[in-house]
Amino acid sequence: MDLIKTTKLTKYYGKSRGIADLDLTVEQGEFFGFIGPNGAGKSTTIRILLGLIAPTSGSATVFGKDVSKKKVSILQNVGYLPSEALFYPGMKVKDILKLSADLRKKDCTAEARLLCDRLQLDTDRKIDDLSFGNRKKVAIVCALQHRPELLVLDEPTSGLDPLMQKVFFDILQERNREGTTIFISSHVLSEIQRNCSRAAIIREGRIIACDSVDALSKTSAKRITIHGTVSLEHLHGIRDSKVSEDSVSFLYSGDMNALLRALSSGHVDDLTITEPDLEEIFLHYYEKDDERYDTCQT
Amino acid sequence: MTLVKHELKQGKTTFLIWTASIGFLLAVCIFLFPEMKDQMDGVSEIFASMGSFTEAFGMDRLNFGTLVGFYAVECGNVLGLGGAFFASLFAAGILSKEEKDKTAEFLLTHPVGRKRMITEKLMAVLILITGMNLILYTVAIGSIAAVGEEIPWKEISLLHLAYYLLQLELAGICFGISAFLRKGSASAGLSIAAMMYFLRLVANITDTAEFLKYITPFGYCDGADIVANGKLNGAMVAIGIAIGLGGIIIAYLKYTKKDIH
Repeated sequence: MDLIKTTKLTKYYGKSRGIADLDLTVEQGEFFGFIGPNGAGKSTTIRILLGLIAPTSGSATVFGKDVSKKKVSILQNVGYLPSEALFYPGMKVKDILKLSADLRKKDCTAEARLLCDRLQLDTDRKIDDLSFGNRKKVAIVCALQHRPELLVLDEPTSGLDPLMQKVFFDILQERNREGTTIFISSHVLSEIQRNCSRAAIIREGRIIACDSVDALSKTSAKRITIHGTVSLEHLHGIRDSKVSEDSVSFLYSGDMNALLRALSSGHVDDLTITEPDLEEIFLHYYEKDDERYDTCQT
Repeated sequence: MTLVKHELKQGKTTFLIWTASIGFLLAVCIFLFPEMKDQMDGVSEIFASMGSFTEAFGMDRLNFGTLVGFYAVECGNVLGLGGAFFASLFAAGILSKEEKDKTAEFLLTHPVGRKRMITEKLMAVLILITGMNLILYTVAIGSIAAVGEEIPWKEISLLHLAYYLLQLELAGICFGISAFLRKGSASAGLSIAAMMYFLRLVANITDTAEFLKYITPFGYCDGADIVANGKLNGAMVAIGIAIGLGGIIIAYLKYTKKDIH
C-alpha cells in the first residue's frame, strides 16, 4: 500500500517556489530518506503532508486519505518531529508530554517513561531551562510516545550528540522492524545511507532522483585526497580532480580495490577518504541531467 | 477541553495580574469616595466647568457628589480602560502566539482540527473575561458595602454589564485580527482598545461626531447615559454584538484556511 503519495504537488509562496510538480511515493513499512539542501522544498513537502499549509495545486494522500480533507484522522496516526523543537514557556517536560498525549486522547505514560529513560531525559525540568538538544529529546518523545504508524522526521539529529543520535536511530530501527513507516528528511547523507532503504533527492522543488539507497550510493562517489606520489592513470571513475603541488583530490566512483592497489604501489604520506558533500552529489546529478538533455538534443 | 484547560493555565498569570491591578484601583477609588463626598460641593462645580474635558467624561450630566455619579466616571474609567486592554491584548495574542512562538508546529500536528482549536481558544478567552468581570463586580459591591454607602444595585450592575459587553466585543474584534497576525499582537490589541476609547471622547466632545458612539463599544458604556436612562442603549449594544460576532466569524474563515509558518 502507498502510505504517502503525492501527485504533481505544487506550492508557491506568492511568486516564489516551494515545490513544483512533486511526485513521491512511500510504501508501507519503508524507511524513506528525503535528501536536499536548505530551501530545496523538504519542509514545504512535509508541511503539506501534515496539513499545516495547503498546496497550490496537485494532491497528496497519507494512509490513502486526502491530506486536505481527512487531516485529523491522518494526524491521529502520525508522529512528527519538527526540525526546530519549541514549546510553551513555563511548562515542565512531563506537562508537555501529558498535553501531547491528551491532545491525542491517549494514555502514553508507560511508553513515555521508556523513551525518557533511553534518551536520558529528566521530565521534572522546565522547558525553558533545557538546551537545544534536550528540547529535541522532548520533541522525539512527543513524536513517538503514541506509537504512530507513520513517523515524519524533519532533520531529526540536529542538536543531538553522537551517542544520542545512535540511541535515537536504534529506536527508529526497532520501530521500523515492528512495522512503522519512517519518513526522514535530512541533509546529512551518511545518516540516510546507514538507515534508509529508499531515498529521494530534491533540488529546487523537484525530485531529481528516487531509488534504493544502494543504487543512489553507487552513483554517489567518495572524495579522495592523497598527499604523496601515486599514479592514477589506470583508474576509471575519477572526476572533478584538483591537483596541487604535493596533493591530489578527486571524486572517485570506480572500483575500490583498484584504487587500493594503485595507492599501495605508490607513496602515500597522508590519505583521506570522505563522503562527498551534498553539493558534490548534486553536481553529479546536475551532470546527469545535462547529459540527458544533450542526448535528447542529438 | 484539553486546549481550554491548557490556555487557561497559560493565561493564568496575565489574568491574575490584570484582575488584581484593576480590582485594586477600583477598590481604592471607592474607598476615596467618603472623604471626597464631604468636599464634593466645591469639586462638582469645578469638574462641571472644565469645558470639553467635562463633556468628554460625561461629567456635565452626572452628579459627582453621589456615589453613582462618582462611580460612573472614576470607576468607569478604571474598569473600562483596564478591562478593555486586558480583553484586547489577550484575544489578539491567543491565535497569533502559536506562530509567533513557533509552537504552531507542535499544536497543529496533533489530531486537533483547526475549528476545534479556534473554538477552544475562544472559550478560554470568554472564560477569563467572564471570570475577571465576576471578580471585579464582587470587589466593587464589597468595597461599596465596606465604606458604608448604600449599594445602587441597578446602576452598578448595568455599568458592569455594559463593560462586560464592551470587553466581549473588543475580544471578538481582536480575535479576528489575531487570525491574521504572525508576529507581535500586543500593539494591535492595545491600539484597538485605545482607539475605541478615544473615539468615545471625541464623540462626547463634538456633536457632529456623535455617530462615533455607534461604532465604539465605549458608546454604550457611557455612565451618564446609563445612569440617566436606567438601561443600556439597545441599538448600540446590538451593533456591538454584531461587530464582535463579525470578528469571531472572520477568525474562523481565516484561520481554518491559513498557511501556518
